[in-house]
Amino acid sequence: MAELRQRTLDVLGKNQKWLLDEWNRDLSGSGVGNDNRIGKDELGQQTAEFLDLMIRGATQGGGTGIGTAAWGDVRAFLEALSRSRALQGFDSLQTANFIFSIKRPLFALLQRELGDEPALLAEQLWAISEILDSLGMHTVNSFQKSREDVIRRQQEELLELSTPVIKLWDGVLALPMIGTLDSQRTQVVMESLLQRIVETGAEIAIIDITGVPTVDTLVAQHLLKTVTAIRLMGADCIISGVRPQIAQTIVHLGLDLQGIVTKANLADALAMALRRNGLSVVKG
Amino acid sequence: MDRIPILRMGEFLLVTIQVDMHDQLALALQDDLSERISKTAARGVLIDISALDMVDSFIGRMIGTISAQSRIMDAHTVVVGMQPEVAITLVELGLTLPGVSTALDVERGMKLLRQRVASE
Repeated sequence: MAELRQRTLDVLGKNQKWLLDEWNRDLSGSGVGNDNRIGKDELGQQTAEFLDLMIRGATQGGGTGIGTAAWGDVRAFLEALSRSRALQGFDSLQTANFIFSIKRPLFALLQRELGDEPALLAEQLWAISEILDSLGMHTVNSFQKSREDVIRRQQEELLELSTPVIKLWDGVLALPMIGTLDSQRTQVVMESLLQRIVETGAEIAIIDITGVPTVDTLVAQHLLKTVTAIRLMGADCIISGVRPQIAQTIVHLGLDLQGIVTKANLADALAMALRRNGLSVVKG
Repeated sequence: MDRIPILRMGEFLLVTIQVDMHDQLALALQDDLSERISKTAARGVLIDISALDMVDSFIGRMIGTISAQSRIMDAHTVVVGMQPEVAITLVELGLTLPGVSTALDVERGMKLLRQRVASE
C-alpha cells in the first residue's frame, strides 16, 4: 500500500478550511442537504468532523490500512453516519457519495500543491484514493447492515403485531389472524394462544381467518395442528371468518376439516361460544 | 422402584403425575391403573399432567393406551392440565390422541367426568 508522505499531510492540515468549504459546496450542489431530511448545519458539522478525523487518522496511521486502530474513530464515525442515513431513508448511493464527493477538492488541492513533483503526486493520489475507497466501502457496508437491522426488527414487530390474543368474553378468547400463515407464524400464534388459555382458563378459543388471503393445504395443516393442540389442553376451538372462496378452495383441495367447528363470521362464533357457556343475549 | 400414586375419590380414580415420567414408570402406572379400575369398579379416571413439562412419543402413546384400556373396562378417562409446550410437542409428533377427553384443570375435569357418567 502506498504511504502518505509528511508533505501531503502538511498540505492537508494547512488547507483543511479550504477543503471543507469546497467539499460543502460540492455536496450542496449534488443535492444532499437540500431537502428537509438533513439540515445544512448538520451536514456541515458532519463534513468538518469527518475531515478532522480523517486527517488525524492519516497522521497516526500513515499508510496502514483503515482496519487498524488509528482509523478506529473514523470507522466509528462512518458507522454512526450510515446508521442515521439509513434511518432517514437515504439510499446507499447518496450515503456513499458523502465520502466520494471529497475526492474532487482533495485531488485539486494535491495537484496544486504537489504539481512540481509529478511522480510524488501520482503516488499520493493513489494512496488517498485507496484510503477514500475503502472508507466508502466501509460506509456502504455499515449502511447495508443498519438497513438489514431495520428490516429484521420490523419483521419481528410485524410478527408480534399480527398475533394479538383478545379476550372477547369471560372464558372466550379470540385470535384474529391477518396475513399469510407460514410455519413460523403458526408457531408463534399457537404458543401465544395456548399460553393465554393457560393464564385465563378460557374454555373456548376462536380463530378468525378473515384476514388470511388464501388457504392451501399447508395453511390448513397448520390450522389443524393449532386446533388439535388446543383440544389436547382441554379447550374448544372454533374457526370463523371462512369466506366463500376459501370454503370453495378447501372443498376443491379435498381437505378434511372434520372435527373442527367452522363459522362464517366472528359474530356467529361468539354467539355459539356464549350458548355453550350457557349465556344468552337479551334485548334490554 | 417408585410408583405413581392412584387416589380414589368416590367412584373416580385420581392420578397426579408430579415426577418426570420415564418409560418404566409409565408401564407400571398402566398396570396399576387397570388393576385398580377392576378392583374398585371405578367409573372414571382423571389424569393430571399439569406438572409434566416434557413428553416423548412413548409417554404420549401411553396416555392414549391408558384411555383406551379404561374405556374397555367401562371407565371414562379425562386428561387435565396439559401444558402448552406438551400440547405442541404431541401435535408435532403427530400424536393427536383421538378419543381422549381433555379439560383445562382438575375442577373442570371432574365436572366433565360427572357429566359423562350421568349421561350413561
